[in-house]
Amino acid sequence: MTSAAPAAPAAGWVESTGWLRLPSRVVTLCLLELQKLRHDPIELLTRMIQPALWLVIFGTTFTRLRAIPTGGVPYLDYLTPGILAQSALFLAIFFGVQVIGERDAGVLAKLLVTPTPRVALVTGKAFAAGVRAAVQGVVVLALALVLGVTLTSNPLRVLAAFGVLVLGAAFFACLSLVLAGLVLRRDRLMGIGQAIIMPLFFASNALYPVDLIPGWIRWLAYVNPLSYQVDALRGLLLGTPSNLPLDLAVLGVVAVLGIGTASALLGRLTR
Amino acid sequence: MTSDGGPAAVRCRGLTHRFSRTLAVDALDLDVRVGEAFGLLGPNGAGKTTTIRALITLLPLQAGEVSLFGHDVRRRRMLVRRLIGYVPQQLSADSSLTGRENVALFARLFDVPRAQRRGRVEEVLALMGLAEAAGRLAATYSGGMVRRLELAQALVNRPALLVLDEPTLGLDPVARSTVWEQVAQLREQFGTTVLMTTHYLDEADRMCDRIGLMHRGRLRAVGAPAALKAELSPAATLEDVFRHHTGDRLGDSTDGDRGGFRDVRSARRTGRRLG
Repeated sequence: MTSAAPAAPAAGWVESTGWLRLPSRVVTLCLLELQKLRHDPIELLTRMIQPALWLVIFGTTFTRLRAIPTGGVPYLDYLTPGILAQSALFLAIFFGVQVIGERDAGVLAKLLVTPTPRVALVTGKAFAAGVRAAVQGVVVLALALVLGVTLTSNPLRVLAAFGVLVLGAAFFACLSLVLAGLVLRRDRLMGIGQAIIMPLFFASNALYPVDLIPGWIRWLAYVNPLSYQVDALRGLLLGTPSNLPLDLAVLGVVAVLGIGTASALLGRLTR
Repeated sequence: MTSDGGPAAVRCRGLTHRFSRTLAVDALDLDVRVGEAFGLLGPNGAGKTTTIRALITLLPLQAGEVSLFGHDVRRRRMLVRRLIGYVPQQLSADSSLTGRENVALFARLFDVPRAQRRGRVEEVLALMGLAEAAGRLAATYSGGMVRRLELAQALVNRPALLVLDEPTLGLDPVARSTVWEQVAQLREQFGTTVLMTTHYLDEADRMCDRIGLMHRGRLRAVGAPAALKAELSPAATLEDVFRHHTGDRLGDSTDGDRGGFRDVRSARRTGRRLG
């Protein structure tokens, strides 16, 4: 160090609001996630086992059965966006466990003592989960191509699909952070995560059209953000009919609500 | 205000904090002078960590006034954070990142300008004797190295106030003395104000210009270690002073305890990580 510690910030420093710090914090925390992935690629490989099994065993079997009406699309093609969203959901819904681990290790307290508003920290963490989901998504799509799935060749549509993947993962990571802020303990959060993950997955259009779901539970698919994520991914990657503006609006609104609620509850984790 | 008319590094008046029905900090008045090393001592649950967490904006201020270098903690939260370097009790470096990445993360979070960032990161790593190990994952570091890495993280912002919560907890004697040597060097070189908690009375005696003895959320005594000892008796040790002001009955340590069970669990977890 070349100078004494100052008792005030450098001249020109602006005590800005959280929104101005948001982009730099999001980039910083996303970079951090990529650095961690680079040091531990084994985690990525182990996380790939489940989506690979869904595509290779479930997907190919149901393609042969032709039991599910998919509007003329081969079932494996129909399934791929669902599994893409599922792999992001499974990753993001336990993101709160990682944050509780950071709380126990003192990392969260250190982050909260930096000049980073909570909303920027939560947004950064949520999109960091999205980045991890996107890296996983690259591998899922590569596997789908190997299995013969026909995906769009339009790079803009692929890029947009990854944007949808990141947005959905960001929302579910926030949901996990909200639950972490409420239950405060790792074991409780693991239990809740396990309890909600299957209803979220099965009460959606990830595996079959919503119309096939029994009427008394179909409402769950309509309020489930995963359905809108899968609908957007199918429209972008396969070109099937979808309501992209509605899908994006729902995902955007729930992500903003999730970030706001998780930011309000983040302080509970460090008290 | 300090004797020279400038603002104190830490000034708090009537700081009070409750966890539901437990009064953790009770109308605490505290002044830490610019450039001094101040140690907060007390049994588990005395309110030391709660006080520190309130001072550094981790806890909302329920009652009382706190300012750091004249800046109101309640109103200038972001500005105040910019003045603080914080090392928590737990081993908080990210073991899945390299030493350099750990420090660079905090350089970015403290908005160190891009042009200066790399140089600043290397500077603090070298200052903490970690230049050679900087490219290794922190998971491969010894306990003492992790603590020095955390100091490097806390210093990358060139803080005016370094806050250390049990910085040598669980470290072996050699690692402990290395950490204190680094802190002493920092103070000598940059005049950094240090506020610390510790359970090691010998360390407080050697390292602190003044200490504050806390018990049941209140400051029971404040002064230079030598003065506090002399006040009690000519042959008194700091342990005698500690017992005199905080009581030595076993039950005392859990009174008003926010941290009794949690603190011990955290300390044991840190100890396990250090081996």
